[in-house]
Amino acid sequence: MELFANQVLAGIATGAIYACMALAVVMIYQAIDHLNFAQGEMAMFSTFVSWQLMQWGVPYWGAFVITVAFSFAAGTVIERLLFKPLAKAPVLTNVAGFIALYAIINSVAGLIWDFTIKQYPTPFGSSPFLGSQLISTHQAGMIGVTLLMLLLLFFFFRFTRVGLAMRAAASLPESARLVGINTSWMIALGWGMAAAIGSIAGMMIAPVVFLEPNMMLGVLIYGFAAAVLGGLSSPFGAVIGGFLVGIFENLVGTYIPGVGNELKLPIALALIIVVLVVKPAGLFGRAIVKRV
Amino acid sequence: MTAMLNVKDLRAYYGQVQALHGLNFSLNEGSLTTLLGANGAGKTTTLRAICNMVRSTGSIEFEGKPIGTRSTENVVRLGIAHVPQGRGTFTTMTVEENLQLGAITRTDKKNIVTDIERMYDHFPKLKERYSQQAGTLSGGEQQMLAVARALMLRPRLMLLDEPSFGLAPLIVRDLFGILGKINREEKVTILVVEQNSQLALELADQAYVIETGRIVMSGNAKDIANNEDVRKSYLGY
Amino acid sequence: MSAAEEVVTEAPAVEAVPKRAMTLGYGTSLVVLVALIVIPLFVKNFIIFQLTMLLIYGLAVLALNILTGGSGQFSLGQSAFYAVGAYTSAILMEHTGMNYALTLPIAGIICFGFGFLFGLPALRLSGVYLALATFALATAMPQLLKLGYFEDWTGGVQGLVVTKPDAPEYLQSLLSSLHLKISQDMWLYYFTLAITIAIYVAAVNLLRSRSGRAFMAIRDNEIAASAMGVDVSLYKTLAFGVSAGITGVAGGLGAIAVQFVAPDGYTIQLAISLFLGMVVGGVGWLPGSIVGSAFIIFVPNIAESVSKGLSGAVFGVLLFLVIFLVPHGARQVAIVAQQLIGKLKKN
Repeated sequence: MELFANQVLAGIATGAIYACMALAVVMIYQAIDHLNFAQGEMAMFSTFVSWQLMQWGVPYWGAFVITVAFSFAAGTVIERLLFKPLAKAPVLTNVAGFIALYAIINSVAGLIWDFTIKQYPTPFGSSPFLGSQLISTHQAGMIGVTLLMLLLLFFFFRFTRVGLAMRAAASLPESARLVGINTSWMIALGWGMAAAIGSIAGMMIAPVVFLEPNMMLGVLIYGFAAAVLGGLSSPFGAVIGGFLVGIFENLVGTYIPGVGNELKLPIALALIIVVLVVKPAGLFGRAIVKRV
Repeated sequence: MTAMLNVKDLRAYYGQVQALHGLNFSLNEGSLTTLLGANGAGKTTTLRAICNMVRSTGSIEFEGKPIGTRSTENVVRLGIAHVPQGRGTFTTMTVEENLQLGAITRTDKKNIVTDIERMYDHFPKLKERYSQQAGTLSGGEQQMLAVARALMLRPRLMLLDEPSFGLAPLIVRDLFGILGKINREEKVTILVVEQNSQLALELADQAYVIETGRIVMSGNAKDIANNEDVRKSYLGY
Repeated sequence: MSAAEEVVTEAPAVEAVPKRAMTLGYGTSLVVLVALIVIPLFVKNFIIFQLTMLLIYGLAVLALNILTGGSGQFSLGQSAFYAVGAYTSAILMEHTGMNYALTLPIAGIICFGFGFLFGLPALRLSGVYLALATFALATAMPQLLKLGYFEDWTGGVQGLVVTKPDAPEYLQSLLSSLHLKISQDMWLYYFTLAITIAIYVAAVNLLRSRSGRAFMAIRDNEIAASAMGVDVSLYKTLAFGVSAGITGVAGGLGAIAVQFVAPDGYTIQLAISLFLGMVVGGVGWLPGSIVGSAFIIFVPNIAESVSKGLSGAVFGVLLFLVIFLVPHGARQVAIVAQQLIGKLKKN
């Protein structure tokens, strides 16, 4: 039993990574109704930018703030330049666009910073958290940051005018336009926020998985899975989903024999699919009633 | 009297299909006009064309200025509120949030708060349910909410698409009474599209009748209501 | 109305392509066919090999087109079916000495079954969720193929070498009496071409048939289709099965053409490439499958020749160019061309 509890705890610790990423995923999904495959790469690029700033002598938190602002701006610009023109194109074409963006960012990052692994600092230190062998101070810090972001998002959506407008635009775009909301700019804003959140996720994750251009692929997939599990319309669900995915991953690795590192991913995904078959809207998502 | 809205030769298209074949009409400032016609005649399309929600050609002028090239949200920002068919309520948000959304383009915070109070005066039921999710309200209440939301814009022109749809006659009378009051007291020009001709003609000053994308009759609401031939041919009663 | 529900009138996830527009006109088809038959006679073996791969990937994209453009179901997992087909052929050829041609229908049938079975749980998923599920399948496959458990059959991480077949005896003797020779590559090309044509014709007929109409009804509006009596579950799983089966045949041909199978040759990258091939060719437009296939075979090479270090970026830029210029894929080009030809004819 103790092993189980430990694995659960360790799972929560690793799950914080996925929770972080899942928040960014849900953010974009709310704005544009699909999953953006390039999000992980955008987060990775932002993390490299922060690393570069630190190489040039900027202190950690200064680099952090500049990077978040840069990411917000970059996300908005990318949407306006590359995806606004595709707004009327079929969904699948947009997905192809995400894949193209992925390829470009990955390649450019590799060119600028090459593919060797780099160490990335953490502001939280990496000693055991409260004496526990399972959670380090960094992981605790990561969980803290994720929960803080969740709280800020909650306040933003619940209590600000822009947040209200964004919710309206995501919920019923036509009605939103009929109260004068520029739904096109709401989408751009959604991208900017998702990019900013993604950059924070990247900067939290990099100390654990080490900084290199391919660092986010696995994380992104788990992030998707976590968001889907939690319910794509719920940031809270995304965070819970992230923790659950971390726990699944750990338990599968511990209790199912013969499962090496490589099979963890497909099995975790399979488990999530089982959940979806039972509860298609995810654990906390709203059931979508389809009308003919 | 100045024309609040002037529509000339309006043709509207859904893809390749032409739904309006050259409409001409105008609304005087402060008037309450109703647009009548059978299902599929083009009533909804007309309202949608005014708000640029459907592809159209022709000239639409609001307070003397052409608005045909403006996006929907920019048309709304000029002071035209549109209560669409089906109400378009934000069902997952509370009543109060819906009202706040109606005023989302306004910057005068204090007045918005007093306006919300005024809406609650017009529609006491909404006050009772201010923190409830809009989707849980009854049909009549949602219609009231939709009208209230439109009023939160402080519009100069209000377009309503079949507000009586699915509502019991008593509630429709209530609703129309409120619309009349708003028209008289707050000087809002109103265009109501309706299938329920009888009640609409009681409410309105002016009326237009539309059939397969063309206006076939226009004039004083009372005259049209009293004209038996017109009623029988076009309005079915 | 429950407070927790959102009522959604769903726009079809996949654009409807009218039935007639799903194929080329007879004239154009004939021209393409003649080109496909004649060109290989004049080019080097390596180019013939590339043309063979063009047809093979074209088949795989075609299969995806039937699934997505036909029945509206997303799949990012075609690489898994391709792998199963490839390994089936390889294992049968190398472990049982079966004739290569015979392995193909077997690969097809096995993959059909596999696809059909996958289609069953997939019934509960749609759109983004289905994409994720198929994605899981695609990521799992290389790992499954590497499992020690199956190593005796699959050759584990190193995979299996596949013997390239010669042209049949009777053909060789016929040609040598005319002082002609046919290389292995050329024989394989024509063999593949024959199969491709057969499958293409069958696919077109399938989509024109009652089943095809059922698929498209489901794609456009599932609820309405079911209300009209279409057995949605049956047709959706059938679509998966057929699509998987064709992909399996393509995989088998691929194994023979490339002469080996290995787990890392069937990764998620292949699945994504096939998806891109479908989009570039035009979703639901069967002839576009070849255009899409050409894109995924040649554009990465072009990108690499432009800039080794930035090949990914060049590829991405080229892909963006394509989707900006022709968001509906090659189909758009064909429609414009048709209109132009129509105008020319009038003058």
